[in-house]
Amino acid sequence: MTWLETLRTAYDALRTRRLRSALTMLGILIGIAAVMLTVGLGQGAQKQVTDQINKLGSNLLIVTPGSSTSASGVRGGRGSATTLTMDDAVMLADPAVAPDVARVAPVSGGSLSLVAGTTTWTSNVVATTPDWLAVRARTVSQGRFFTTDELTSESPVVVLGSTTATQLLGGATAVGQTITVGGQNVTVIGVLNTEGSTTGGDQDDLVIMPQSTYAARLSTSANPRSVSTIYIEAKDSTSLSAAYQEATNALLSAHGVTLTSQDFTVSSQQALVDTATSTTRILTVLLSSIAAISLLVGGIGVMNIMLVSVTERIREIGLRKALGATPRIILRQFLVEASLLGLVGGLAGLGLGMLGAVILPRVVNFPVAISPVAAAAGLGVSLIIGITAGVYPASRAARLAPIEALRSE
Amino acid sequence: MTLQSFAPQPLTPDALLELRNVSKTYAAGSLEVAAVRGVDLVVHQGDYVAIMGPSGSGKSTLMHIIGCLDLPTSGSYWLAGVDVAGMGESDLAVVRNQRIGFVFQQFNLLTTMSAWRNVELPLIYAGVSRAERRRRAVEALTRVGLADRVDHRPGELSGGQQQRVSVARALVTEPDLILADEPTGNLDSTSTADVLELFAELNAQGRTIVLITHEHDVAEAARRMVVMRDGRLDEPMGARR
Repeated sequence: MTWLETLRTAYDALRTRRLRSALTMLGILIGIAAVMLTVGLGQGAQKQVTDQINKLGSNLLIVTPGSSTSASGVRGGRGSATTLTMDDAVMLADPAVAPDVARVAPVSGGSLSLVAGTTTWTSNVVATTPDWLAVRARTVSQGRFFTTDELTSESPVVVLGSTTATQLLGGATAVGQTITVGGQNVTVIGVLNTEGSTTGGDQDDLVIMPQSTYAARLSTSANPRSVSTIYIEAKDSTSLSAAYQEATNALLSAHGVTLTSQDFTVSSQQALVDTATSTTRILTVLLSSIAAISLLVGGIGVMNIMLVSVTERIREIGLRKALGATPRIILRQFLVEASLLGLVGGLAGLGLGMLGAVILPRVVNFPVAISPVAAAAGLGVSLIIGITAGVYPASRAARLAPIEALRSE
Repeated sequence: MTLQSFAPQPLTPDALLELRNVSKTYAAGSLEVAAVRGVDLVVHQGDYVAIMGPSGSGKSTLMHIIGCLDLPTSGSYWLAGVDVAGMGESDLAVVRNQRIGFVFQQFNLLTTMSAWRNVELPLIYAGVSRAERRRRAVEALTRVGLADRVDHRPGELSGGQQQRVSVARALVTEPDLILADEPTGNLDSTSTADVLELFAELNAQGRTIVLITHEHDVAEAARRMVVMRDGRLDEPMGARR
């Protein structure tokens, strides 16, 4: 008996019991679709986070207050401490101290309310230096960014993110308008290009002003010169680790601390990417395991229905044996039936997963990445589940003695 | 001289099947039940033998042994010159496929398949191509007078017609032996006469038939009758016609 004949016989048997076969496949279908979607969501999230961190700029080091409490890089009290100041930023920008550092942008600020005419809007105020634009790899679409002179003179000028400009000023030209930030009158001198929103928040809803202006007029901090983050751009990718060392050493000696009592953390973009991806990876693994359990349940369903099928078809098995089917042929027939259930269920699950990958992002605004590798693996797994679930029922069928099988009523 | 040379050989040269001192015992709990006790039987090519006996006489067990569906506990059985008593299950399946055509009391047709698909079944296991199977199945159905029922399912046929489909299935492989187990047990008298007439025709064409029944009328239709009682065969004097 050829494989084609076996396949045809199996197909006939499944088609005869359409509803049952369809319901059995449904178990595999849901399992495969669930696994594909959770893995797809995880990969989508990972890609998004990676993109987002890479968007911060290139060859970037990020200095934050607070110390590293463990080898894995978990920081204690990020942002709560105020150990970084403008002086640190000035020192790091000095080529004599850190020759591999190209630019430095200290950032402080907080959430403040903005008023333009009768419109009120709350936004994130970023108080920084002119180098911020280059370090964060942003560009200005209207007007200009503020200058070093304006920083020195504590000028009341701001640059708005595109979202902030639209929300606050509507369609009107933003440049030249006077608005209030935290009750202080400031003049809008520019608007940033749109960056796009990410899970970390809208990168276009922000107000940038000179650090000195913020420190003099708006800061509520005990030390107006304290900053929450210092962005450091290395000269190029090869000097990144040198810049890391220089910045760390300079800050250690400036703060008079050692590596163990370190009151700041220098992290690279890669480190941030690693931390973020490891978080999403754990989540992905967790969710996929739950989905995999549903796939397992589907596999048990296949096995269950194959066992029922063998019991139900004892006479048929006996007849086939009497007519010349060897135990091997019977084994093969039931194995192929079970594999077919798994494979067709898997194919349908793949289709549903793909459909979900197209529809889901439109509904929840979250990317779903489905790779051909994952799709092929899904199919392979469903086939293996079918075969595995079929082994026991099929061997039971193959072992049936023909007379016992024929005798049963 | 080795012991092997004492291995039993078939005695009767032109016997299609020869059973010598065949016994079958079953273990029923701690008890050993002997269903067949030392049966000798020779069936020649072209014979038409009825094995008759009341229920419980062991005739079904004997039929299973003759049909290679079960193995004797002791004794020898040659089918077409081949000793099948010591064969494994896979080899027995091949012997059944090539040498024996079965007709069962329950017809044992697959209800989801049309008449010709039922008839082609043994040919699938014989490795015959699909087109050839269809041709031979239709031919066999024509032979039993069901040329116009080729695509009917068993549920659409009468009992007599269903049994004729299973006769066609038994014929389709051109087997050495047609083995019918109570073939008329589920049929009315008209259909019974029908099927027996068909057997007589097939026998007239040279087919060897072994028929198992408990009805004397049915056994009468055969050319030779043997009676089974308490696991032993007993050939009535002058039963051979």
